[in-house]
Amino acid sequence: MLMIDCPWCGNRDESEFMYGGEGNIVRPQDPESISDDSWSDYLFMRKNTKGLYMEQWLHSYGCRRWFLAERETVSYEILNTHKIGEINPESKS
Amino acid sequence: MKRYSLFSLVRNGINHHSNWDRVWRNPNPRPEYDVVIIGGGGHGLATAYYLAKEHKITKIAVLEKGYIGGGNTGRNTEIVRSNYLWDEAAQLYEFSLKLWQNLSSELNFNLMYSKKGVLNLGHSLQDMRDISRRVNANRLNGIDSELLSTEEVKGLVPIINTSPDTRYPILGASLQKRGGTARHDGVAWGFGRAADAFGVDIIQGCEVVGIRQEDGSAVGVDTTKGYIKAKKIGVAVAGHSTVLANMAGFRLPIETHPLQAWVTDPIKPVLDVVVMSNSVHAYVSQTDRGELLAGAGIDAYVGYGQRGSFSVLEHAASSIIELFPIFSRIRVVRQWGGIVDTTPDACPIIGKTPLKGLFLNCGWGTGGYKATPGSGWVFAYTIANDTPHNLNEPFSLERFITGKLIDEHGAAGVAH
Ligand SMILES: Cc1cc2nc3c(=O)[nH]c(=O)nc-3n(C[C@H](O)[C@H](O)[C@H](O)COP(=O)(O)OP(=O)(O)OC[C@H]3O[C@@H](n4cnc5c(N)ncnc54)[C@H](O)[C@@H]3O)c2cc1C
Ligand SMILES: [Zn+2]
Repeated sequence: MLMIDCPWCGNRDESEFMYGGEGNIVRPQDPESISDDSWSDYLFMRKNTKGLYMEQWLHSYGCRRWFLAERETVSYEILNTHKIGEINPESKS
Repeated sequence: MKRYSLFSLVRNGINHHSNWDRVWRNPNPRPEYDVVIIGGGGHGLATAYYLAKEHKITKIAVLEKGYIGGGNTGRNTEIVRSNYLWDEAAQLYEFSLKLWQNLSSELNFNLMYSKKGVLNLGHSLQDMRDISRRVNANRLNGIDSELLSTEEVKGLVPIINTSPDTRYPILGASLQKRGGTARHDGVAWGFGRAADAFGVDIIQGCEVVGIRQEDGSAVGVDTTKGYIKAKKIGVAVAGHSTVLANMAGFRLPIETHPLQAWVTDPIKPVLDVVVMSNSVHAYVSQTDRGELLAGAGIDAYVGYGQRGSFSVLEHAASSIIELFPIFSRIRVVRQWGGIVDTTPDACPIIGKTPLKGLFLNCGWGTGGYKATPGSGWVFAYTIANDTPHNLNEPFSLERFITGKLIDEHGAAGVAH
């Protein structure tokens, strides 16, 4: 079981949270005008990184807010959690 | 390859089992191959076997970073069935189920394929509607499938709790009689041994760390045992598919998740069918040794660590105990995890890639073991002919651009 540090509530058991997959995916500004390739990339393609991964979690049985976590996907260790918007979407992981 | 037989068993018994042949050679990689298969799981080994057998290509290496069958192939709950909802999936899995029928004698290796039958339980009116829809779809596709009432389930599995007062009452089930289990590491060894007999080099402890390209084509792989040239490359690395795609320079609609299973102490025979329940995310069978073999759902997060969280195990275990109260005090002796490659539509990707000469077989997620022979067969066809077979054409990577998904998720009792 992971212990997850919600930026609003502090450390809680994993079972209070829902996973939201890769973080910082930017929705295309103008979906009507982009190609099928770019739409597919946005909708389906994932970094699925082996290593440091930026992902989103929802504290569903707590404050019910979304936040970002930087997690190592082999050891599962969570290095940081951030409020949404606190870090820049262009960051590396 | 010396054939296994009653005679060879007796002869080797007299010699105190000291003269058995190596099951496969342990060669050093050659500098160049016609086909290099990355990943020595069941799918990679079956691909090599069918390339040699059906397409007469024998200058093949299977490169495995650990030992063969050490990935999901040797970690699954062994369930074999073909009762998928959509035509494309049903045909692919049924093709594979047909190959299972004679596989032990074809490979001269006892895979212990046991047609004990697979039950998929329904716990709500909606479950039962979905199940009858799937049973009808299966029958239209020529796949054996039956709808059972609560009493019929009880008749087949007397120890199951069919009381209406449970959290998830059993309202009925589908039954596929040709479904069952087969010994998973035997599948890796059987295909490995038979491929080796055709001259395929199985190279263990050899991790691929890079894919070299020239003029937009794949030309070879960098490995921990040096550079190996290849005319064609097939990738069958399950949970590591994205890692390999990154080396080749394209993206995949894959997420890698931990998936866990466990076995208990052996007990007397009490369960002679496979019981699965999608809504409570649990599945259990009893092995020939008497252990209960059971599995859970995936951990929600991305994970490459071959282990998951206890809460997921606990959830599946508590569901199984509710279905089978007599299991409540049996002890778990071993628990493990694999890492499965899930796709958005819960169907595999088998075909060509944006990189010429590089072929991909992945996305089998929680349920690719049953497809091992069929997957190897169609992948071998695709690599040999540089074009997909009718059976795997719908399972292209392009479907995520065209939108022609094959939505088995939820629709078909899909897990495992
Ligand atoms: C707990 C669990 C239960 C399951 N239950 C069932 C079930 O009941 N029925 C069913 O049909 N399916 C089940 N599955 C799914 C099934 O096990 C898989 O879909 C199937 O075995 C995948 O086979 P594979 O050969 O593609 O992958 P694997 O057996 O995982 O083989 C891939 C191989 O690639 C190797 N590799 C990775 N990267 C590299 C590299 N860079 N270089 C060289 N080698 C590399 C790995 O070491 C690995 O051995 C289950 C899976 C799990 C984990
Ligand atoms: Zn919170």
